[in-house]
Amino acid sequence: MSDVLAITEHRQGELRDVSSELVTVGSELAAQQGGELHLGIIGGDVDAFAEELSLEGVETIHTVDHGDEFNHDVYTQATAQLFGDIDPTTLLLPNSVNGLDYAPAVASELDIPLVTDAIAISRDDGLEVTREMYGSKVETTVAVDAEVAAVSVRPAEWEPTEAAGDPAIESFDADIDEDAVKSTVTGFEEVAGGDVDISEANFLISIGRGIEEEDNLPLIEDLVEATDATLSSSRPIVDNGWLPKNRQVGQSGKVVTPDVYLAIGISGAVQHVAGMKGSDTIVAINTDPNAPIMDLADYAIVDDLFDVVPALIEALE
Amino acid sequence: MKILVTVKEVAEAEDDFDIDGLDIDERYLEFDLNEWDEYAIEEAVQIKEDGDDVEVVSVTIGPERAEETIRMGLAKGVDRAIRVWDDAFADVGMLDPKTKADVLSAVVEDEQPDLVLTGVQAGDDSFGATGVTLAETIDFEWGAVVNALDLDAGAGVASVHRELEGGIEELTDIELPAVLTIQTGINEPRYASLRGIRQAQSKPLDLHELDDLGLEESDLESPLSRTAMYEPESEGDATVFEGSAEETATELASLLRDVGVVEG
Ligand SMILES: Cc1cc2nc3c(=O)[nH]c(=O)nc-3n(C[C@H](O)[C@H](O)[C@H](O)COP(=O)(O)OP(=O)(O)OC[C@H]3O[C@@H](n4cnc5c(N)ncnc54)[C@H](O)[C@@H]3O)c2cc1C
Repeated sequence: MSDVLAITEHRQGELRDVSSELVTVGSELAAQQGGELHLGIIGGDVDAFAEELSLEGVETIHTVDHGDEFNHDVYTQATAQLFGDIDPTTLLLPNSVNGLDYAPAVASELDIPLVTDAIAISRDDGLEVTREMYGSKVETTVAVDAEVAAVSVRPAEWEPTEAAGDPAIESFDADIDEDAVKSTVTGFEEVAGGDVDISEANFLISIGRGIEEEDNLPLIEDLVEATDATLSSSRPIVDNGWLPKNRQVGQSGKVVTPDVYLAIGISGAVQHVAGMKGSDTIVAINTDPNAPIMDLADYAIVDDLFDVVPALIEALE
Repeated sequence: MKILVTVKEVAEAEDDFDIDGLDIDERYLEFDLNEWDEYAIEEAVQIKEDGDDVEVVSVTIGPERAEETIRMGLAKGVDRAIRVWDDAFADVGMLDPKTKADVLSAVVEDEQPDLVLTGVQAGDDSFGATGVTLAETIDFEWGAVVNALDLDAGAGVASVHRELEGGIEELTDIELPAVLTIQTGINEPRYASLRGIRQAQSKPLDLHELDDLGLEESDLESPLSRTAMYEPESEGDATVFEGSAEETATELASLLRDVGVVEG
């Protein structure tokens, strides 16, 4: 028993990218452990998904044909049963929003430790997981003192596996206790619609918590006007109700790829970066030279936005 | 109805800091109420204000220092607070979600809440697992990353929105009793009023040690341990504009013109 079991993710009929990223990290880890990589697909069009995930490095795909969409009670039960059947050393799960909704429950039910949001995993003497702390300002390594463990994996951290493989595809007959399913997904709703589509803009000026107060927003709006750019923001600005949801960049907002992304007073939290790292040119204005956004920026000004932005408006006139 | 809210005091690193061993040197840390928990507290207090006979109790695992944070919750409308601490905690390197959930489940057993609200994650270690681990441990139903909540206590159902990726929300009905992990933006957390702050001073804040909860030191043994902390090597190769605000702004203006996103 040195195998890896990775549980894939899909939503509304489509596999999510993290699924083929799990193949990459899972096959690397399986090789280190001297075992094989098993994939679990739970619900949805399992046969089509299995075909799509017949990728290099996967030994066996186990399909659980139960339901169309994610339900955490079903996922928890099915994953625990797959785990019991395959008897792997490491269980890999996505650290997606749905992962947050069932990974801890599975680990708790199986009574195995869980390390979340891994950005690197290795096994030497034991399992060692690298993860961030303090808003990505530091990295830590966590040693797991247990034979068997669960790790949830940060999306978009590993490259997806694209090369085709030839795994066995087996249907797994999970015994789902419907009485224990005490949550029901009744639908989906798209938010963040409206008049502006920030993902269409070629120049985004994006404002974060560094702006401090709603009363300071006109300063940024003046800059937006002077440059004919489009205004976007990090999450706290939207949470505070200062800008509508359709302006939010990031994991739970929009993914944007403008020619220029000017981040003002934004630290560069992972969920923000998920929405803007594909921008052509990234410019950051931030008082903190250690802010994670600096690692991503092509150009940076380490200074107070309340000094730089007025000067920039002037320089553009 | 009783609502239990888990509240964590989190550490935030200053711009410049040093690492001392396995953590940032405490001189460079500022302690504050966890951002996500602030929304969880507000949600609980709003349910209390909208309903009859709702009690809101907060629970914190934390040293004496955390009482300042706990009082902030009391000032915002929490009725009563529990702080769990014991010298034994100070010796534990890393409290993993399961260990925390075991401690919190002892409090749940005492308090018998109908609803438990936690934050989605703590801003410092971002583990994001305590709430759902607790739910499984105490055999409650649950929902993670909740950004809208409509409680029908009579029917025993919480209708929630779970905020998924990419501007999609999942609508889910969850049977009570339940643990919900609360996402920022679900409400507008209030500022504590002066009156609230005064009242908070006289609200009960009880300390529970391991003994009181029927736990032992060995219950705090965790299979996880932090073995290193370091500043990541900068992968960035940013060109940093140097000089006064006027100078850097001028350079940025010409960059924007060169790239062609502004005219001139
Ligand atoms: C499930 C989940 C989903 C999420 N989805 C998103 C999402 O879609 N989008 C998103 O953005 N976040 C999202 N977040 C939140 C994310 O984790 C961060 O909390 C958020 O991105 C922080 O926003 P910020 O950078 O504006 O604020 P902070 O992290 O507080 O950063 C403020 C920055 O401003 C700088 N600053 C302060 N004053 C000044 C000044 N005068 N001049 C210049 N700089 C200054 C500071 O140095 C700091 O770097 C999500 C979190 C979770 C758990």
